[in-house]
Amino acid sequence: MRPTQPHLYTLGYILLSGSLLALLISSHWWLGTTPAHMQFDARLIPPGGNHWLGTDALGRELWARTLAGLRISFWVGLSAALLGTTIALSLAALSTLSRQMDALVSLLIDTLLSVPHLILLLLIAFALGGGTQAVIIAVALTHWPSLARVLRAELLTLRHAPYIRISRSLGKSRGFILFHHLLPHVLPHCLVGALLLFPHAILHEAALTFLGVGLDPSQPAIGVLLAEAMRYITAGYWWLGVFPGLGLLMMVLCIDRLAFHLRRAL
Amino acid sequence: MLLEASLLTFGFRTDKPLLKELSLTLHKGQWLGLSGDSGAGKSTLGKLLAGQLRPWSGHITVDGIPLLPSGLGPVQWLPQAPELAVNPRWRVGKILNEAWSPPEALLQAFGIQPGWLKRFPQSLSGGELHRVCVLRALAPGVRYLIADEISTMLDPITQVELWTALQTYAESRQIGVLVISHDTALVERLCPQRYHLTHGQLVTNLTAATLETPHTNTNAQRNTQQ
Repeated sequence: MRPTQPHLYTLGYILLSGSLLALLISSHWWLGTTPAHMQFDARLIPPGGNHWLGTDALGRELWARTLAGLRISFWVGLSAALLGTTIALSLAALSTLSRQMDALVSLLIDTLLSVPHLILLLLIAFALGGGTQAVIIAVALTHWPSLARVLRAELLTLRHAPYIRISRSLGKSRGFILFHHLLPHVLPHCLVGALLLFPHAILHEAALTFLGVGLDPSQPAIGVLLAEAMRYITAGYWWLGVFPGLGLLMMVLCIDRLAFHLRRAL
Repeated sequence: MLLEASLLTFGFRTDKPLLKELSLTLHKGQWLGLSGDSGAGKSTLGKLLAGQLRPWSGHITVDGIPLLPSGLGPVQWLPQAPELAVNPRWRVGKILNEAWSPPEALLQAFGIQPGWLKRFPQSLSGGELHRVCVLRALAPGVRYLIADEISTMLDPITQVELWTALQTYAESRQIGVLVISHDTALVERLCPQRYHLTHGQLVTNLTAATLETPHTNTNAQRNTQQ
């Protein structure tokens, strides 16, 4: 019974996270125009029976806006995580080709790791003019080095494994060894790396949007909701910041725990 | 037709070479034994001959042609631990067919059962996996085998089965085999000519008496030869 426990936990987390994420992704259809629907006779209503999580300054339902914001954050996080992982995997694979290439990739990793990534993130997002694409690219470009370093070390160790040497002496090309031996071995690392990058990307998206270089203010992104809440929080309208913040925290924790259990299982 | 190593020098520390200007010749169809103390450099010599390590100096040729870095190597190395010689994520069938597709008769000759082919290597025993590794290495074009302690971990019956199958097939294709082993009786039985590796040099024409205690009396052996 004992050895199967981590897998049961993992399965439980996958089911729980999958259900929550499916609910979130499908919210696009069942929410309709609710996040943008204004009710001027119901402005800044606290959480209660008719308005579950309260309303904002324009009378929009906060529960609908929070769900819509989480959905946007999910897609931004997923895209950034996938792009970042692809960059990390590609560069780690390149580093196995030759010593010169490895030195170049190592230099690139060390250079990027030596720069505070939040500053780089802001500069890239600003240079790209803000918006969803700019956030995705900025997060991906600043978050691949840690994963690339792990993948590179794993691939370089594996390259000297006896079965790789034997495969080479059996006449297999570098490409064959890379695609049939090396990359399948690091795919679980990539999956976990992407899942760990996912919540990080979501938090950065919210931070960039909050700072004004992220998503468009017309979109109900979590960062936009939190920025709007800042104007009202001192006046006692606490729900405007608390519920979107809690939603973001829950989603980040959910994915982070999922990554943790997957890493243990794999 | 011969595998020739001339004046090989190699080491893992720049100030201390493990093999010093060592020369060795293995003819087509010849069975050559190599024994030596642990750490003497037997496996290192095997890897050098198979082109898996590059010597500091000296050269290795097959029929006068240096080993090429790509393509099917004419010299194949069989390591002691078969589980390290196979991709743990591949099924046995895929591992076996990595270089060539052995005919059904050969699978039977090496005692490889069809049921193994769909299994992962972790589910096979050391002896079973050794047979797979040996057969994989016998691809057409391979002319020399470096059998590095391949039967050390096996029970006597499995050892006999493995060596008999290999002897029969190697003889039919005139494959030269370098048998690296601590088992002096085995080396004596398989190989008419034997070397002992000590202090980075090969000692030749060993008798059974000198092979009996290679771990404890290497200097005495050298003196005997001199």
